[in-house]
Amino acid sequence: MIDLSRRKLILTGLAATAGASGLAVAARLAQKYGLVPPDHGGIYGLGETLTFASQRLLTRHSLAREFPRSQISPRPFPNELAPLTEDFKRLQAGGFTEWRLSVDGTVAQPASFSISDLKSYPSRSHITELVCEEGWSYIAEWIGVPLSHVLHLVGVHPQARYVVYTSMEPNTWDSIDMADALHPQTFLCYGMNGKELPVAHGGPLRMRLPRQLGYKNIKFITRLTVTDSLKKFGKGVGSAASEAGYAWYVGI
Amino acid sequence: METLKSAQIPVEACLSSSVSTASVTTLPLRHSALVRVTHWIITLCFFALLLTGVEIVISHPRFYWGETGNVLTTPLFRLHIPSSRALVPTGYGYVLPDQNGWSRALHFEAAWIAVLTGLLYAISGLLTGHFRKDLLPNRADLSWRALSTSIAKPLRLERPGEAEASSYNVHQRLTYLFVIFVLFPLVIWTGLAMSPAFISAFPASVTLLGGRQSARTIHFFVSVALVLFLLVHVAMVCLAGFSSRTGAMVTGRTAARKERT
Repeated sequence: MIDLSRRKLILTGLAATAGASGLAVAARLAQKYGLVPPDHGGIYGLGETLTFASQRLLTRHSLAREFPRSQISPRPFPNELAPLTEDFKRLQAGGFTEWRLSVDGTVAQPASFSISDLKSYPSRSHITELVCEEGWSYIAEWIGVPLSHVLHLVGVHPQARYVVYTSMEPNTWDSIDMADALHPQTFLCYGMNGKELPVAHGGPLRMRLPRQLGYKNIKFITRLTVTDSLKKFGKGVGSAASEAGYAWYVGI
Repeated sequence: METLKSAQIPVEACLSSSVSTASVTTLPLRHSALVRVTHWIITLCFFALLLTGVEIVISHPRFYWGETGNVLTTPLFRLHIPSSRALVPTGYGYVLPDQNGWSRALHFEAAWIAVLTGLLYAISGLLTGHFRKDLLPNRADLSWRALSTSIAKPLRLERPGEAEASSYNVHQRLTYLFVIFVLFPLVIWTGLAMSPAFISAFPASVTLLGGRQSARTIHFFVSVALVLFLLVHVAMVCLAGFSSRTGAMVTGRTAARKERT
């Protein structure tokens, strides 16, 4: 009887050790392959990590659904907009000719681009659905320059893992991993439905990534920072949204 | 094993082969440990999913059919409740506080735990024959006569007989099978069909449903069906004896014999 329980104890101990070290190895591997989101801490970290890791593995190269022109929503809903700042209004009065997108961080040549610079690069468009975390959605044609094109222009260092993007709106910034940053449908978007991107929809420049929900598609982008770690940005959880309790990764 | 489970064996028969102190353990378990543990984990997850699902709906209590829908389009129907977003026309003069951040996080975390637990239950249910033995109805029970007698009993508020203390009746079997193999898969599918990343890899998962907003609307109705199931389930547990049935799902043993003999 004693023997049996001792054997049981040893077996249980071995199983627990194997389980714990298995988990540790899995965590190490997940970190190495970029499967751990910056907001992996706290009580919801398990869910966030499982969602991000599994969707990253499933969707690394998948393309968001594109729609025929006939399915474009006649009245795209622009959602709430915070009151525009004085700085913004000044740039708007000047037709956004003074608008600058600065790119810095772990890049070979930090640079600054005007909207017409961005428009001079090969332009791409896709007709995709913008989906809000609240549940509503619309389809529009989005026109812009792929973010990967701009990143190639500035020469991203190989250790780069994330691109942080900042809005002109106060306390509005977010970040994406390189899988999303280099994805062919991720645009610095300046046009919509054949026209200039309206201010209500984030004009003159908005991040557009159709495989994530609306709030990741930040409006009024003025700065990109390429980085190997998100720890030094804000509270280190990757975005203003996740500091406010909203998930960093919103593929669902 | 089959006969032991369904037949009404007098306690004495079970006792005869063992010493009295061990008598309890010789009674067949009504629910295996795995069924009991997964039942309560999924129960907890279900309440978390329900609460957070309601919170998420409050941010946009309008439902649509097809691919797209927003406050500028005509809804299929809307819930006449206040909203947590100012731009949703509700007819109420106030806006509820925004709870979507933690609600969405808990919704997906509970969904992960529920799905993984459900998979464990489903795989073991197939391997141990739980589905075949405990849930698949006998052919004889599927006649109209048998079905109507079986459904009439609870409607007349008759307490179930002794046999049902150790085995499910035909309506329980059909309902549980429907919940496990139709409603649960459907609610997971329609949930995933709302994920822009998931559908980029599996576009058929949403086009088969008629579009993203259709998926959301079906997700809502399947959730309503699951809540109705929960209400009837708890009502039936109360009818059969709340403490004995709930006790059986906790300890695995039914107290029914003691009560009635």
